Amino acid sequence: MADSFSINEEMSGRRKFLVAATSVAGGIAGAAIATPFLLSMMPSERAKAAGAPVEVDISKLEPGMLLMVEWRGKVVWILNRTPEMLESLAKVEDQLADANSEKKQQPDYAKNRTRSIKPEFLVVEGVCTHLGCSPVFRKDIAPADLGSDWLGGFFCPCHGSKFDLAGRVYKHVPAPTNLVVPPHVYLSDSQLLIGSESEGSA
Amino acid sequence: MKKITIALLILCMAPLGVLAGESGMPLDRAPIDTTDNASLKRGAESFVNYCLTCHGASYMRYNRHRDIGYTNEEILNKLIFTGQKVGDLMQSAMRKKEGEEWFGVVPPDLSVIARARGADWLYTYLRAFYRDDATHTGWNNLVFDRVAMPHVLYQLQGEQRLAVKTSDKGEQKSLTLEKAGQLSATEYDKFVGDLVNYLVYLGEPHANARKQLGIEVMIFLLGMLVLSYALKKEYWKDIH
Amino acid sequence: MSNILNSMLAWVDKRFPLSSNWKAHLSEYYAPKNFNFWYFFGSLALLVLVNQLLTGIFLTMNYKPDASQAFASVEYIMRDVDYGWLIRYMHSTGASMFFVVVYLHMFRGMMYGSYRKPRELLWLIGMVIFFVLMSLAFTGYILPWGQMSYWGAQVIVSMFGAIPSIGETLQQWLLGDFTLSDAALNRFFAYHVVTLPLVLLVLVFVHILALHETGSNNPDGIEIKENKNPETGIPVDGIPFHPYYSVKDIVGVVVFLIVFCGIIFFAPEMGGYFLEYNNFIPANTLQTPDHIAPVWYFTPYYSMLRAVTVNFLGVDAKLWGVILMAGSVVVFCFLPWLDRSPVKSIRYKGPYFKIALTLFVISFFVLGWLGTKSPTPLYTLLAQIFTVIYFAFFVLMPWYSKIDKTKPEPKRLKE
Repeated sequence: MADSFSINEEMSGRRKFLVAATSVAGGIAGAAIATPFLLSMMPSERAKAAGAPVEVDISKLEPGMLLMVEWRGKVVWILNRTPEMLESLAKVEDQLADANSEKKQQPDYAKNRTRSIKPEFLVVEGVCTHLGCSPVFRKDIAPADLGSDWLGGFFCPCHGSKFDLAGRVYKHVPAPTNLVVPPHVYLSDSQLLIGSESEGSA
Repeated sequence: MKKITIALLILCMAPLGVLAGESGMPLDRAPIDTTDNASLKRGAESFVNYCLTCHGASYMRYNRHRDIGYTNEEILNKLIFTGQKVGDLMQSAMRKKEGEEWFGVVPPDLSVIARARGADWLYTYLRAFYRDDATHTGWNNLVFDRVAMPHVLYQLQGEQRLAVKTSDKGEQKSLTLEKAGQLSATEYDKFVGDLVNYLVYLGEPHANARKQLGIEVMIFLLGMLVLSYALKKEYWKDIH
Repeated sequence: MSNILNSMLAWVDKRFPLSSNWKAHLSEYYAPKNFNFWYFFGSLALLVLVNQLLTGIFLTMNYKPDASQAFASVEYIMRDVDYGWLIRYMHSTGASMFFVVVYLHMFRGMMYGSYRKPRELLWLIGMVIFFVLMSLAFTGYILPWGQMSYWGAQVIVSMFGAIPSIGETLQQWLLGDFTLSDAALNRFFAYHVVTLPLVLLVLVFVHILALHETGSNNPDGIEIKENKNPETGIPVDGIPFHPYYSVKDIVGVVVFLIVFCGIIFFAPEMGGYFLEYNNFIPANTLQTPDHIAPVWYFTPYYSMLRAVTVNFLGVDAKLWGVILMAGSVVVFCFLPWLDRSPVKSIRYKGPYFKIALTLFVISFFVLGWLGTKSPTPLYTLLAQIFTVIYFAFFVLMPWYSKIDKTKPEPKRLKE
């Protein structure tokens, strides 16, 4: 089959060349036609506009309180950590899988023990790194269901993954990595911009 | 003679329903050049100042104006007065219900108005308002009889009056400027020209990109034509 | 390398008739060697079909069949979706070009007698394809939910109301409401994207099967199968479709694409004929536009609908209009039995047929042109005259094709 069209020995050089050249041009045309169709499936301008960076006023966020904001359809937590909460971070480190945040789950400016720019404010996506459920904020210490060594953190109700108050994952839970810290920047003491690292793209 | 020809042509076109002009008035030619970014910017700024209060352009995003040479910063400062974001749609400040109460009809969305009405119609329309005490807005229009919209630009254009001359050729309607506005007649024509130019851009923001891509596609296809014709000739040697 | 391919092919051929079908329909399908310009339009129709299916699927990804969102979702595609404008223009231009190509394809059949024995069934399948295509165009035109979508659909659906006694109930059943509304938009969307394309695909497949059973007709209108090489059994005037007509059709495709892309990139509205200006105004159920006309490919039939102004034989003018309009399309189905000429092709037919066909084409164009105009007494009279000519072409055919002075057909194809 197809022997009359595939390049073969009996063909003249001119015919071989023309078949090859037309095939190549046809291939280019095919790729050129496919491109706009594939690109049309990328997030549209509407989706991009909805995913624009979000500005948050954190001046009224009391210590110990959690603020939830939506960015790109995902929940982002902003937690104003008390001094006790910050102290707990060091205490649980030997139970954590990636205490030093070696895996790239955060921008470089949040690769520190508190996983934040300002120590007290944790900005983290509230999406479990296991299968995408949203964990619950459990600041109660040593509750019956989480054990006596629980010093506060996030607990995922779907499959029981546990994270500390810096969003770092515990050992021996289904979630493989720490919670993701989204790009963010402080526009002023009270204004936080989530989704961008520069002030210009607001 | 030329004018008569044009008028005849328009009369022929009118029953086509191609351009939905309400009256048979001859239309003036709008100076359209959607590659003239300076004109488009002037038009855009007039649009957000004078039109967007009542009309939306709610299929258009502000940040699309990067097409015509604005930066995000400039869009925020020069085009947005409603506290919206650059990625937002250009929605009107007025609610639909209010529009209906004030004008009797909801002011139409202007995103694709230039594609529905045509540039020439818009250009003529915006310059053909005149004082008419018989209407409830006090304004009437030569190409859109008893239009619900008052003459928003009268401070710029001034006030026109209708003069009707009856001759053996029938009624001839013309407008004369009775009270001067802030702009001279030529300045006002240029102002409206820029605005209509922008409306044409607004109707199809990708139009320039479309034509550009079209040229590339055509060049490729012409090459393909040469190649495929040579291939056909080569094979058909067997037959002839 | 070729050894591996050959053994893979042998593996497949034991399980699926791949090589045998390739031979039967392409490399050993013998087509007459004298195909001219008019023979491009079959394969071009196939190309446009693929274009419509592909662009249609991608439009469906973003279009919303909801009366309150449809218009906005089309503009969303045009502005917010990357290259959405290109896909939309490919689809809207493709719709019109489908009719251009199909009309030329049908005209080819009328010129060369391709509807005659043994291809009557092939012609009938083609006519059913044409009906489905018209339904597809109609249901698709509603979707943008602009003024022309709405009022055009209103007029067409109201025609069903002309049917005596059951008309009104039928109309409500079609609309799923007492008036044209969201319910109708939603179900017409279902027809346009699922039902009709599926039917069309099956019919096109059957059309090609039927064609390959009888073999292609040609500009001389003689059967190449009647003159076979006694040794090989191959028609002496036949050449394998592949590669000869495949390379020829590539040229046709490229020329077509130049026209097609010219419209898409430089005149997508085509002067208001492919995308009507009034359809850039969202549907307003309270206000009919000053002038409504269907898209250009329906205007000849629309003219005939309007041409009837008198009640006749106790049937009112409205119903006659509908009957005439339906009849103007259905009448093509009878062509194989109306033509009594001893020859098939216009090349050997006499002056009567040539005059009749010319008058028919003129009346088709004039009626099409009139359909874009508002009716005036003069235009209505013209429409009536040309409606008569249009139907006379068919009704009088048994007579004039029989008494016509034909030339003898040749035994072999002429170049």
